[in-house]
Formats: sequence, C-alpha cells, structure tokens
Amino acid sequence: MKLKGAEILMHCLEKEGVDVVFGYPGGAVLPIYDALYDSPIRHILARHEQGAVHAADGYARASGKVGVCIATSGPGATNLVTGIATAYMDSVPLVCLTGQVASSLIGKDAFQEADITGITLPITKHNYQLERTEDLERIMKEAFHIARTNRPGPVVIDLPKDLMAKVIDFEESNEGVSIRGYRVMKGVNTGQIISAAEVINQAQKPVIYAGGGVIASNAAAELKEMAEKCKIPVTTTLMGMGAFPGMNYLSLGMLGMHGTRYANYAIGECDVLIAVGVRFDDRVTGKIQTFAPNAKIIHIDIDAAEIGKNMAVHIPIVSQAKEALQALLPRLEAREELSEWHKIIGRWKDDFPLRYGECEAGRIMPQHIVEKIYDLTQGDGIITTEVGQNQMWAAQYYQYKEPRSFLSSGGLGTMGFGFPAAIGAKIACPDKKVIDIAGDGSIQMNIQELGTAVQYKLPIIICILNNHFLGMVRQWQGLFYEGRYSYTDMSHQPDFVKLAEAYGAVGMRITRPEDVEGALQEALQVTDRPVVIDFWVDREADVYPMVPPGESLFNMLGGDSDD
Amino acid sequence: MTKHTLSVTVENRPGVLTRVATLFRRRGYNIDSLTVGTTENPCISRMTIVVEGDDMIIEQVSKQLYKLVEVIKVVDITQEGSVDRELVLIKVKADNNVRADIVQIVDIFRARIVDIGRNSLIIEATGDQRKIDALEDSFRPFGIIELVRTGKVAMVRGTSEDIKKR
Repeated sequence: MKLKGAEILMHCLEKEGVDVVFGYPGGAVLPIYDALYDSPIRHILARHEQGAVHAADGYARASGKVGVCIATSGPGATNLVTGIATAYMDSVPLVCLTGQVASSLIGKDAFQEADITGITLPITKHNYQLERTEDLERIMKEAFHIARTNRPGPVVIDLPKDLMAKVIDFEESNEGVSIRGYRVMKGVNTGQIISAAEVINQAQKPVIYAGGGVIASNAAAELKEMAEKCKIPVTTTLMGMGAFPGMNYLSLGMLGMHGTRYANYAIGECDVLIAVGVRFDDRVTGKIQTFAPNAKIIHIDIDAAEIGKNMAVHIPIVSQAKEALQALLPRLEAREELSEWHKIIGRWKDDFPLRYGECEAGRIMPQHIVEKIYDLTQGDGIITTEVGQNQMWAAQYYQYKEPRSFLSSGGLGTMGFGFPAAIGAKIACPDKKVIDIAGDGSIQMNIQELGTAVQYKLPIIICILNNHFLGMVRQWQGLFYEGRYSYTDMSHQPDFVKLAEAYGAVGMRITRPEDVEGALQEALQVTDRPVVIDFWVDREADVYPMVPPGESLFNMLGGDSDD
Repeated sequence: MTKHTLSVTVENRPGVLTRVATLFRRRGYNIDSLTVGTTENPCISRMTIVVEGDDMIIEQVSKQLYKLVEVIKVVDITQEGSVDRELVLIKVKADNNVRADIVQIVDIFRARIVDIGRNSLIIEATGDQRKIDALEDSFRPFGIIELVRTGKVAMVRGTSEDIKKR
C-alpha cells in the first residue's frame, strides 16, 4: 500500500488507541494536519502549544492513557518544553509529536528550526528524530511502549516535514517492540518481600508513605487492603492524593512542607516506614537527616535509580507498586488494632487539626472555598490546581476519594498547569465535574485557553482564589524576608468577569462569604461552557502548617493549638 | 573519592554520546575521561568512562545510565581483573644536544618515535595510566610542546570472566 508518512502516522496513532490529540498547527506540520483532516482522530485546538501539552498531560493523568500532542517546528516545539518537563517530573506518559524543517535544511538554521531533540534531552524519557519514513512505524510503537511502561514519562518524536509528505510502500508489521536496552520490569524479589513482611508484622508504630507510583500502577485497592488489614496509618504525598481515601480513619492526609502536623509527627515517631511509589522529595522530607529517624524503611519503587538517591533505606524493593503490594499482602498478619499507636495519633489529630481563621463579613477565607467545593461535589469531581497557595489549600481541604481525581504539577511546580490540564481531564472524563482551583497569578499564565474551553463547550469551573498577590512567594517574603513584598503585589489585573464574558464563558465575582456556596452551585449547573468565579479572598491568608525549607518535619510553623 | 572505570555498551547511534554526556553534566558527576568506539558488533559501541566518586555516587551513575534507553549494559570494572591502556602522543623539544637522552627514555618505556622535526620529536606510547604519567614526567624537563592522551580503554581479563562463569 502506498502511503504518505503523515498517513502512516495517523494509522499508528489509531493502532495505539489514540482517539484525541491536542495541538496547534504550523508550517512544518502541514502534512500531518492534512492527514488529520481525513482521520477519525479528534483534534483539540489549543490557543498556545503550552496549553496543548498540559491538556494532553491532564488527559493522561485523568484517564491513565498516553496523552498525545502536536506542535510545529521551532517556536511551536519550544513552547512545549515547560509541559514536557512538567510531565517528566511527575512521570506522566506523553507522546509529543513535533514538526521539523525538511531533512535537507536541518542544521542550516532554517526558518523555524530548533534542535528540539537536543533541547528536550534531559526532560524526556526518550526522544527520536525521524531519519527515514520507513522507520516511522517502529518508532511510534517504541515511543508509546516507552511512555507507558515501567516508570512512565514523556517521549518526543521530531518529524521532518519532507518525511511526512514522502510516499512509501507501507506494509504493516506485526512485530512487537524489542529494544535491547529497555525491558519492562516484571515480578518482584521474593526475598525482599519476605524481609519486608517480617518487619511490618513486627512493627508497633508503622506508617505508609504513599506517592504517585501507587496511582500510576493502579495499586490503590491493594494499598487500602494492606492499610486496613494491618491497621497502618497512611500519609500521601501531593502526587499521591487520592491513592488512599482522605476520609478513611487511617488517613493522615498529606505530609511534608505543608502536610498535617499529625502526618509529620507520625513520620518522626514511626518504627517502620513503608514508602510506596515515592522518591523522598525535598518538599516531603524536609531536612533529610532527621526524616523518619527511628524507622526501618521499606522503599518500593519501579525506578531502581530512586532507591538510595535521596535516602538510604533498609529494604529496597524494585517493582511496580501493585505487584509488590500483591506479593506482600498474603504474608502480612491481620492486626486487630495497634491501640497505643492509634491513641497517640488520635491525640495529635485532636490537638492539631488543620485549621484556618473564620470568615468574617466581607472576608472570604480561601480554605473555606475549597471545603465548599468538596461539600458540593462530595469528592466526586476532578480537581486540578495551579501552583502556589491555591495548590496547597486544594490538597489540604478537599478529601480525595480515588486516584486520578487530583491533578497537579507536583515536581516541576508549573504555574499555568491547572486550567489546560482541566481541559484535558474534561475531554477524558466528560461525565465528571472538573474544577480548576487557581490563583490570580497562575490563571493568567494560560488564560488564553478559555478560547479552547469555550470552543469545545467544556463546562470546567475555574475558581480563582484571588488575593491580588503572588501569594506563596509573598508568604515566604513575609516569613523569611522581613515582609519586604518585592514585586509580589498583583493588584493590577484584568476584570476576570469581563474577560470570561469576552471569551464567551460565564464570569462571576464573589466578595462575601455568604455568596460562596450559591455561586458554586450555580456554576455546577452550567453544562455548555466554562465558568470563571473570581473569589476575592483574604489577601494575606497563609498556608499552614509549614516546615521552613531545610528544617526537620517536626519544626512546623502555625496550625498548633495556640493559633 | 576513588576513581572507577565503567565499561558501558550502548547502541551505536547518533546522539548516544550526547545523552551520556548530558546525564553526567545534569546530575553533577565528574568525568575523568571518556572514550568511545565500535565493538565487534557494528551496531554496538563501547564507552570506557572513568568517573570519580564514592560507592553511592557510582551506584547512582550506573542506575541513571541504565535509564537511558540506548544503554545496554553498565559494568564497573574497577575491582575486576582488567587490562587498561591509554595512548599518548607527546611533541617534545629536542635539539641535537638532548636527542640521545630522549631516545634513551623512549627505549626504557618501550615507546616509539613517530615524527622527527628540526627541533622536536613526536613520541607515541601506550600503557596503563601510571606508565603514561611517568613518561610525561620524564619528558617534562626537556619541554613538552604538545601532548594528547586518548583516555583509558579497558577490558575484563579472560581469566576473570572464566572464574565468574564457574
């Protein structure tokens, strides 16, 4: 069969089960867009390539499938960079297709030429530049395979324009993927599992520290079974939100810099720490020398390089979280209770609950809004966040029930992620309520995607917790720089209501606490367009508790009983 | 901090060297020397990388290298019985008064003179790193005009492999 490169590309995408791609056309991808014109694959037209890649990322996080985006050469491709780095840090499976100038022009500084494989080398799991149209099918198979297996991550394929237009004799190959240097990790070391089980069975004060790896390997059910069988309290990382139900009596909420006091205290006291699908990130551990100082540490992770990278551990288990937990479960003794340990934790929970100041007349507390969103959605929605205070409040005050319900840029901390990610999530899960909890700074970083959300009639709710500040940076300036608010005052901002309306979205401004619930209810009724709610919140509300950077987890500011 | 020699087999494709070099730079590991060339299989290249670090760093280096899709195998051959060699070219000042002295040193080190200029000689030598260091020191008093070392290449001894297989 005679086919153009771009037609083979479409064929390969379909074979991989791709039904939607996010992208932005341009000169070098004209042949690809021409093939897309006849393809059953749905294309979502973003308003900026960064919006496209974050949307593909949100789609992947919400669905568990590989997200796909397309951008043209040069600036199109470089606009993907932040999104690729975001996905890389959070281990999200993406395939990013970038156009490239014609083969004969590569290296000649041609119009819109950028060395995107060179640029993305350190932020991709792997990348390719197509050299022959004949290799396309193999590369596409490899790219999806690499993106979705082991520790997932983004893969870039750079596609020179001429190779997409070139017609070749195409015979579909039945060969599977075979890469000498890349094998899918299967199985688990039984010896290590036995050692781990012994340690867990002996534990008096165990804690599970669960992260994004639990969600990536669909191990939430196994995690819950283990926690409930052995009565082990569970704390999750930001990336692990939803890996364990927030309302479960064993849940300690989030740990780390803005974790709960009881989670951080439990880490300090525990005698066994079961770390599942985590990487001992500095925002989690604080001063690493004093992290879980009394504990035997069991570390389960699919990426061998994570073992011992930040923290020396006692029992490493290199495996998918799911497989490791499945192997562990039958070897664990069911516990009736761990009464002493639970009593201690219960006391911490009573003494140091998450708390914030009351709403007063004309003063909305941002945390209150997050709690109301939870009440009204009953935890059934998908929450995306931007980065900063909004992100931390969204993690603290909403109880995540299930995996893939909290989408946030944890590793890279990318402002402007939440809204386009919400677009991707809504495309992946049209029946779910999708809500972006945003700040007034972050939302302006990709506000142009309102055009996309309106075009595709996506009823996403954007809740701007508007304090007219770059709040998290202001908080640090208040705490560590004598209140010198250097360039964090963002009082000069657009009228978000008018802006929403200009795009064809619904806009509301809420300035009184008593109007919060009504506004959210109204927004939840809208079915055919996005809603922007501009909540004017207490300008100087801070996120607490807080572990100052580089401090030990038990040295927390705020959120204690004297507040 | 000790020096480790890693023998790394990789796919022989453009860009692989960049990936490895980028990884070392990005993670802050120090490359002492890096050589690369094809093996008996034209699809596979072998890199010999000398890197400085404690055991934990070397373990990380090795694990991070394995994460590169085009890296096939990483072996730390520091402890194993291995043969390592380096090649050096030294252009040394050599007027008629000192030529005889230089030739004598060349003989002692079993090196070779590969070029004779009016006022200089180019000497070629191979050996392990200690020998090359010693050679360099011996010529320094005469005045070294130019010097180039290939960096180390290494291979595990047949005898050590036999022991391992048993």
